[in-house]
Amino acid sequence: MSEEDIDKNRRRFLTAATTVVGGTGAVLAAVPFVSYLQPSARTKAIGGPVEADISKLKPGERAIFKWRGQPVWVVRRTEQSVQELKDMDSKVRDPNSDEPQQPAYAKNEERSRKPEYLVVVGICTHLGCSPNYIPEGSPDAPEPDWKGGFLCPCHGSRFDLAGRVFKGVPAPTNLLVPPYKFLSDTRLLIGADEENKG
Amino acid sequence: MNGVSAACCRAWDGLIGWIDARFPLLKLWNEHLARYYAPKNFNFRYYFGSLAMLVLALQILTGIWLTMNYKPDADLAFGSVEYIMRDVDWGWLIRYMHSTGASAFFIVIYLHMFRGLMYGSYKKPRELLWIIGMLIYLTLMGEAFFGYLLPWGQMSYWGAKVIVSLYGAIPVIGPDLAQWIRGDYGISDVTLNRFFAFHVIAMPLILCGLVVVHIMALHEVGSNNPDGIEIKKKKDANGVPLDGIPFHPYYTVKDIVGVAVFLILFAGVIFFAPEMGGYFLEDNNFIPADPFKTPPHIAPVWYFTPFYSILRAVPNPFGGVVAMGCAVVLFFFLPWLDQSPVKSIRYRGLSSRIALAVFTLSFLILGYLGTQPPNPVTANLARIFSVIYFLYFLLMPVYTRVEKTLPEPERVHYP
Repeated sequence: MSEEDIDKNRRRFLTAATTVVGGTGAVLAAVPFVSYLQPSARTKAIGGPVEADISKLKPGERAIFKWRGQPVWVVRRTEQSVQELKDMDSKVRDPNSDEPQQPAYAKNEERSRKPEYLVVVGICTHLGCSPNYIPEGSPDAPEPDWKGGFLCPCHGSRFDLAGRVFKGVPAPTNLLVPPYKFLSDTRLLIGADEENKG
Repeated sequence: MNGVSAACCRAWDGLIGWIDARFPLLKLWNEHLARYYAPKNFNFRYYFGSLAMLVLALQILTGIWLTMNYKPDADLAFGSVEYIMRDVDWGWLIRYMHSTGASAFFIVIYLHMFRGLMYGSYKKPRELLWIIGMLIYLTLMGEAFFGYLLPWGQMSYWGAKVIVSLYGAIPVIGPDLAQWIRGDYGISDVTLNRFFAFHVIAMPLILCGLVVVHIMALHEVGSNNPDGIEIKKKKDANGVPLDGIPFHPYYTVKDIVGVAVFLILFAGVIFFAPEMGGYFLEDNNFIPADPFKTPPHIAPVWYFTPFYSILRAVPNPFGGVVAMGCAVVLFFFLPWLDQSPVKSIRYRGLSSRIALAVFTLSFLILGYLGTQPPNPVTANLARIFSVIYFLYFLLMPVYTRVEKTLPEPERVHYP
């Protein structure tokens, strides 16, 4: 076969077609490798809702439950603490919970379904450390006139007893309120509610 | 006796000849060692490249040995490291070599990079060499980050948590991306297992590949030197640079001295201060990971702290991530930011010298601040030095152009 007999156009077309088909195959083959890294069926099952017994929780106390490997706090606020939340409005960045950091039923002054109980994920919205619970009158209070709340040991972010972030701290948003519902007066389901089955 | 050695010689030559007919052994030997001509005026700052290779080899060797007893399982990992430390013969040595090796790697690499900044080694024609080197540095950071989770101590866990949540700060895709990296809703056994895979397979493979490419690029363009002039411009009749000497035996032997000094210091740290007062191995990492209890103060290991300071200096989390990313990425652009007609600091003007000194100082200060708990004073200091850090890069096109430089010599200085 001499040089003139070669159909260059045909060759170019075949090369281009092979490249496109092969390239598409290579890209599609990346899908299983990427998806493999997603949470597995077992991981998702372990991350399902958990039941929490809060019958032994006294006013002013906090209980910690584990949901999806992270701490969920339930704080039983005293009546005085609930009253004082109004006074905190001027100190916190998002007093009306406008940022979508809670289900609709927790978008209120107390950021909870029942004013008495606060349920939040105990992870700082800055970089994921777990803040410390510092009740009112504690010697660890970060400022005078501390009404109780949470202080992050990593970068000093502060939150009030409704999990609302103070002004002038690194954390950008209020603590996350997970989906939850009351199964009875003393039993909570964390990670699921009427709309969100977990 | 002479007959025997002559026979030996013939057998050796025969063997080499046999291999050479099938594999370019002599060619490689000559191109990269015996006839690779390096400038004759290297000073001690030129030790760090070969030392980095030594540390890489040590890390791979000790790493393979550690893998034989380490268990990448959240329930077993912490205990398996303690088992290596206490019950395995010489396990403590292998483990301390590996953990000290991580810090030594960064010390050597930072000095290697500083040498590049001093002598303008990133300038034409070594731009790609520099960029490949920066890719090595990035890979090394990944390797160190993945490795730090493996002992499954408190700092492992919380450090990983903080760093992975940096990705969560990216708008829109952030939270899903962070979950994809972790493979779980939080840092867990799943994360530990995949970080193990990245640490022992993916990153080392990439690292070794990049090192080969780095050396190929270096031997293509030739080494820079403290005078920053190209020795290839002045060659003798045989095409050998007048100021060049064969890498082997001259620099192989010189490097052995560097290796000896390095190993003395390295062994000193392993034997007498393997934790380096909490800087090489943080105190909190001797407590098993506890997702419910944040240590009172979280700081990354020292080699990440300059960037951690920059991250903390910006009040907005996403802004902090961007600033931290820029702090690393700007290095890639050095070959084009630097507009000086000369390479070496020896022939540059005062402003380049001051800029490099102030930059180095701010890098060190940021590094120190990153190890400290946050308070308003350190936060403001970190802001000031972050700005200085960035100005070194951003003002470089200006101060390297306006300053008066000295004429470069024709031939290298040879003190």
